Amino acid sequence: MANEQSNSANPNVDLKYRRKKNAEEMKHQVVTFVLMIFFTVISFVAVAMDDFSHWFIKPVILLLAVIQVVFQLYYFMHMKHKGHGTITLFLFSGLAVGLITILTFLTIVWL
Amino acid sequence: MHADEKFTDATWPASPEKATLEGKNKYLGFWLFLGGETVLFASLFATYLALKDKVPNGEAALAKDLFELPLTFVATMLLLTSSLTSVYAMYHMKNNHFKQMQAWLVITIALGFAFLGLEIYEFNHYVHEFHHTFTSSAFGSAFYTLVGFHGGHVAFGLLWFISLMVRNARRGLNLYNAPKFYIASLYWHFIDVVWVFIFTVVYLMGMVG
Repeated sequence: MANEQSNSANPNVDLKYRRKKNAEEMKHQVVTFVLMIFFTVISFVAVAMDDFSHWFIKPVILLLAVIQVVFQLYYFMHMKHKGHGTITLFLFSGLAVGLITILTFLTIVWL
Repeated sequence: MHADEKFTDATWPASPEKATLEGKNKYLGFWLFLGGETVLFASLFATYLALKDKVPNGEAALAKDLFELPLTFVATMLLLTSSLTSVYAMYHMKNNHFKQMQAWLVITIALGFAFLGLEIYEFNHYVHEFHHTFTSSAFGSAFYTLVGFHGGHVAFGLLWFISLMVRNARRGLNLYNAPKFYIASLYWHFIDVVWVFIFTVVYLMGMVG
């Protein structure tokens, strides 16, 4: 349960453990951030170099964006933690409707 | 356990944002809202992609004439960094460090304002240099609606953070306001998620052609 207050007779021991865990998680977050910056820089450099065909470059930068968003959702927004089943359902339902809308507008709507 | 009870570092719960029933419900409700926001932004992206470069004549500016890499890059870095600084704020919230949390939130807000300033400059530039306005073409309408909606979300997020900080400036952390700060930071991350797709789909793919 998330709301556990102290597991040991001495709350300061528990506090020390929790501080350590929080610090560890923060370290993971910083690593996540560095990777996100790295992917962003790759995308921008790939477009700036301008020597790839757009058939190659578009899927690559889209893939990098998806990876970056997965990091953001699962690490920064904590979706990797336990007890996030319902909210995952909410988000993916929204995503399913959204992607079908995009597919429709790109294929059926002819302008 | 009262929501306004004072806590010490040792008694502060490990996940204060979900320690009360109200906090749990807010968390669930907020993610339902984010599911809806996903649909909203996806439909704006769909509209943009369908109407991209649909202009009335050959003189009107297209995506590849408008966008510039350096400006988009700086804006992206500002928003990405502000996402990390709000993670730092929540890290200190979980450690019951109110002052540090406030400090990181102030940095987050400053980065958000810088991003918004760049966006205003950018829109102003397009209108005056390229006559690319909301009503000049279908492309213009779709572009300003999508990117402007995101900018509106940034402005709302800033207002949200500022109101929370002003209202709780002298209260310190408790189980009444911990979920509020946490939800606001989730919203801020979501704004960044949307921006990742905007800079990729609108700007980078627009420059590729």
